[in-house]
Amino acid sequence: MRGLWKLTWIEIKIFLREPLGAFGTIAFPVLVFLVWGRMANPKMVTTPANASGFIRVGLPVLASLLIAVSSVLSLVTIISIYREGGILKRLRATPLRPQTILTAHVIVKLMLTALTLALLVIAGKRYYPVGVQVPFFAFTMALLISTWSILSIGFVIASIVPTARFAQPIGAIILYPMIALSGLFVPLDSLPPALHAVARVLPLTYAVSLLEGIWSGDRWLAHLGDVAALVVVFVVCTALSTKVFRWE
Amino acid sequence: MAPIIQVSGVRKTYGSMVAVDEVSFEVNEGEIFGLIGPNGAGKTTTMECVEGLRTPDRGTISVLGLNPFHDVYKLQNRIGVQLQQAQLQKRIKVWEAVDLWASLYQKKTVDGERLLEQLGLIEKRNAWFMTLSGGQKQRLFIALALISDPEVVFLDELTTGLDPQSRHTIWDLVRGIRDRGKTVFLTTHLMEEAERLCDRVAIIEHGRIIDIDRPESLVKRHCPERTVVLATDGLDAREHFRVIPGVEEVICNNSQVTIRGRGDDLVTEVIRCLSENQIRVTDFRTVLPSLEDVFLKLTGRSIRD
Repeated sequence: MRGLWKLTWIEIKIFLREPLGAFGTIAFPVLVFLVWGRMANPKMVTTPANASGFIRVGLPVLASLLIAVSSVLSLVTIISIYREGGILKRLRATPLRPQTILTAHVIVKLMLTALTLALLVIAGKRYYPVGVQVPFFAFTMALLISTWSILSIGFVIASIVPTARFAQPIGAIILYPMIALSGLFVPLDSLPPALHAVARVLPLTYAVSLLEGIWSGDRWLAHLGDVAALVVVFVVCTALSTKVFRWE
Repeated sequence: MAPIIQVSGVRKTYGSMVAVDEVSFEVNEGEIFGLIGPNGAGKTTTMECVEGLRTPDRGTISVLGLNPFHDVYKLQNRIGVQLQQAQLQKRIKVWEAVDLWASLYQKKTVDGERLLEQLGLIEKRNAWFMTLSGGQKQRLFIALALISDPEVVFLDELTTGLDPQSRHTIWDLVRGIRDRGKTVFLTTHLMEEAERLCDRVAIIEHGRIIDIDRPESLVKRHCPERTVVLATDGLDAREHFRVIPGVEEVICNNSQVTIRGRGDDLVTEVIRCLSENQIRVTDFRTVLPSLEDVFLKLTGRSIRD
């Protein structure tokens, strides 16, 4: 893992130099959170106790999930741009291990996720007092585990996208429907059986279950199944992408 | 002394396309070895197999006693690589790239600042990669190939797209690498570059190596013709020229006479003939065949086609 920290640090600096990249990934979920929160319940600032279930649990989870997904989309785009430009190949023609290159990107994205979540919490405290005790540390961990798992899906997507131009749209087409079916908007049990079956195998369903549970104060023990599912997704996707990943 | 690089019977296909076949050559310590041929001849494929970036379908490769496929990290630690058409992150700064590269090797690296200075990049050390000109990018890639003070340096089409002045600067630099005892393996489709820079060259076309030798030996072997062009007003001179040993053809065009023949002694014989017959000449030059001519002769086409 020689060079990992230097590469990670350089990738962070490069990311921050990217004007739209930083804005899109960090600011977008926070904006969604604030705008949607105000639209959904303009009075909740004064009466947090009356806030609907979606506002109390669903919205923070949605915003967090958007953080994870935009991190992953940004990873997919960066990897495909790096591949197309020969940057991955150039990095490989050094003693750098391939896994070091990819780990650096995962670390950058996880840090980004944590940073955006922190901004979200600050924004929420300032303008949006949900008024419940939230286990922030546990929630951050849950979000990082979810992001880490979805990132592995990102690597599979990055392996199959033909060119960098298609990276973002293809990633979005795969990931956003997963959010729709994740049980966040419509309870899983009220889905038609076919969709229910699909939702059962989608990794975001388990991420949502974990995030909602931890946000509402559940213990980790109650969500071991979700964590296990996310780990399985990671293992399967990592194995898959080591087979199909293209460096050039 | 065992060769630094040994390539034997290498074949590499992409689908049904055979990129290189039966490629064998050796590179000795301390020499500049060039793989020359037109675009698409298999130069880059061959070089990337030697660098461990591609796996040949058949054949064996040994670099510094290592197998590039199995010992790729050990190998990368000892070689420096410049790839054709490579890019870096658009917004990485020049010094960051050099600093990152320097941190990757498990050995003492050269002073990055000094290297940038030698390559004329020191004023650009804080510039983003995307703002560099083609020549500056190329020089940065050479810096990255040299930062680890490697035992073997691989340079793939290193001066393509550069202006003549940058080209000469880079040639001097490559000679400097050799003079410090390093081995250089390069590819080029520029015959002039090969002729000026390489101690030995391998000519490759359609994925096969046609011949390997020192540039001057290749010229001697494949293009023994010599040509002398001179200007004289002496009308009977041409009859003297025709009887010079080795002369095959004498062409007169007004006062200009072109004498073609073969053998290293042709020029000496022409000069002797001029002095013995007291022929007054107002111009005298020799035209020697070059690698370009060798290539034309061996492949039946110009390398620029």
